[in-house]
Amino acid sequence: MDFSTFLQLLIGATADGILLGGFYAAVSVGVAISFGMLDIVNIAHPAFIILGAYAAFLANRQLGLDPIAAAFVMLPVFFALGAAVYQTYYLVFERRGDEALRGLAFFFGLLFVIEVSLILMFGVDYRFVNADYVNIVRDYGPIHLPLRTVVPFGVSVALVTALQLFLSRTFTGRAIMAVSQDRLALQLMSVDPRRIKRIAFGISIATAAFAGAFLIIIQPVQPSMGRDYIGRIFAICVLGGLGSFPGMVAAAILLGVVESITSTFAGPSWSPAVSFGVLLLTLALRPSGIMGR
Amino acid sequence: MRQRTFWLVAAIAAIVVFASFRLLLVPYWFQPGYKVLQFIVLATAWNILGGYTGYVNFGTAAFFALGAYTTIALNKIVPLPLPILMLLGGAVSGIVGFGTGYLTLRLRGAFFSIATLALAVVAQTLITNWEFVGGSRGAYAIRPAHYPIFDVYLHALFLDYVQYLFFIMLVLAVIAIGVARSVERSRLGYGFAAIRDDEQAAEAAGVPTLRLKLLATTVSGALMGMAGAPLPYYLTYLEPASGFDLAYAVNSIAAPLIGGLTTWSGPFIGAILLTFLQEAATVSFSSAYGVLIVGLLLMAFVVIAPNGLIGLAKRLGLDEALAAIQWPPQVFRSRR
Repeated sequence: MDFSTFLQLLIGATADGILLGGFYAAVSVGVAISFGMLDIVNIAHPAFIILGAYAAFLANRQLGLDPIAAAFVMLPVFFALGAAVYQTYYLVFERRGDEALRGLAFFFGLLFVIEVSLILMFGVDYRFVNADYVNIVRDYGPIHLPLRTVVPFGVSVALVTALQLFLSRTFTGRAIMAVSQDRLALQLMSVDPRRIKRIAFGISIATAAFAGAFLIIIQPVQPSMGRDYIGRIFAICVLGGLGSFPGMVAAAILLGVVESITSTFAGPSWSPAVSFGVLLLTLALRPSGIMGR
Repeated sequence: MRQRTFWLVAAIAAIVVFASFRLLLVPYWFQPGYKVLQFIVLATAWNILGGYTGYVNFGTAAFFALGAYTTIALNKIVPLPLPILMLLGGAVSGIVGFGTGYLTLRLRGAFFSIATLALAVVAQTLITNWEFVGGSRGAYAIRPAHYPIFDVYLHALFLDYVQYLFFIMLVLAVIAIGVARSVERSRLGYGFAAIRDDEQAAEAAGVPTLRLKLLATTVSGALMGMAGAPLPYYLTYLEPASGFDLAYAVNSIAAPLIGGLTTWSGPFIGAILLTFLQEAATVSFSSAYGVLIVGLLLMAFVVIAPNGLIGLAKRLGLDEALAAIQWPPQVFRSRR
């Protein structure tokens, strides 16, 4: 491979990686809230994302709705689902102080139940959506910009920005940031920590509706795909520094670029190994992440 | 019960199990029997780390499949007898367990769990890309026609290779349970329990927490690797997707949680019950229903009966009732 081809491939892979990273940010933002701010290790989050993808698929197939519009419609449903899951989690585990072992096992079971239910309902075929922009590619020299990754990137950046503004500007948002830091202080401000956590977990699951819609726009979806994202999501959250949105976005883009370069130069079958390498290196060298407190 | 008595009773039980399978049942039953034994080993191994110290390992499939792939890789170089392959498979998985633990166990517990979950994905990626062991196409494992020693006698004892595998797994199950039981009652076991109940307090009281956690991870990983080593011969054809099936992870977590976490009998009871239910569901509906049932049972038990069947029995006062009528005999009951 001569140098100019290498450079062209590198530029192309970096551009792809940045777009992919934007999508990863939307995938990880829910866990950045639940794990980073609420201390709830929701390993079932990828399953909710797949659920969101199938919701978008159904809305698209049955009603001809755009997948992103479908995500907006599904938002309250996913919020309510998240709130219900938290309520159960609180009553069964958090109140007993039993979240470490049995809470984790609970979410692991949930991951499987969602996945297998989807398999029983939809089978293991790959499903995809139709939208005007899915098949369009814009070319700028070595950079190819398929709109099916550009659109999710744009909406994802908007989503994360909106959430960051909500968390830093509104009372509820600040209460969410505060709840893992000092419960008692929050109660002294006459805020019910349980209500705040319920809202925050609802938001966390609601973002899965968007992430799912993005996922099915970017590639065909199959029920057990969520597992591949578990390592990625937690690698991004840990690398970014728990509880920090800007760190999470930077980590998502970094991981996207590294994965994209890996799959260009070493083959796509290697890309799942990248996230684990990143996760282990982070845990070994700097467990507080790049922008952790 | 004393340690020596336990081993004696366990050995007799194993002989009785094998003899009754061999003499009373049609050869078909060795197949599901092997699966049950395999899950007893996996669940017991998981429980040494998960139940005794409270650290959740989601990577059972990785440790198990690494053992299986050690067999495949070594078979390509030198033909070795199965018991030696199992020791080597156990060594590989034990080392991987130690490495993962060393990097993550100094941090919050959740990090270890997440790392093991990711380990499963990455180990699978590595194996899929490793052409030497068949890559994504998979590899065949030819069952040896001869046993390494006592060939004539063993051919008389085992009608086919599956019966030999069943016997080997039976021995491993006895060893795993024996190890778990002796850990439970030793200084080591009390150290583990201290970590589970309050790690900071244990550390302050002088329990070498990191060292104990690493020991538990290594032993647990090694037993899983040993359970995986015969898998290529059992399936005769191994591909990454079947070796790294996440169902192994769910089953090995669900069995101790359904049976009961703190004693060796919990995963034993849980694994038998669960494999039976799962096989029944798989045979009568489909394998998807099998996994669904395990997932639902796992969730139901952590919500309703956090201490598993053993805890449930205690709560209902069944323990005393059983003690009063002296059944089942002392051997089969948990200590507390």
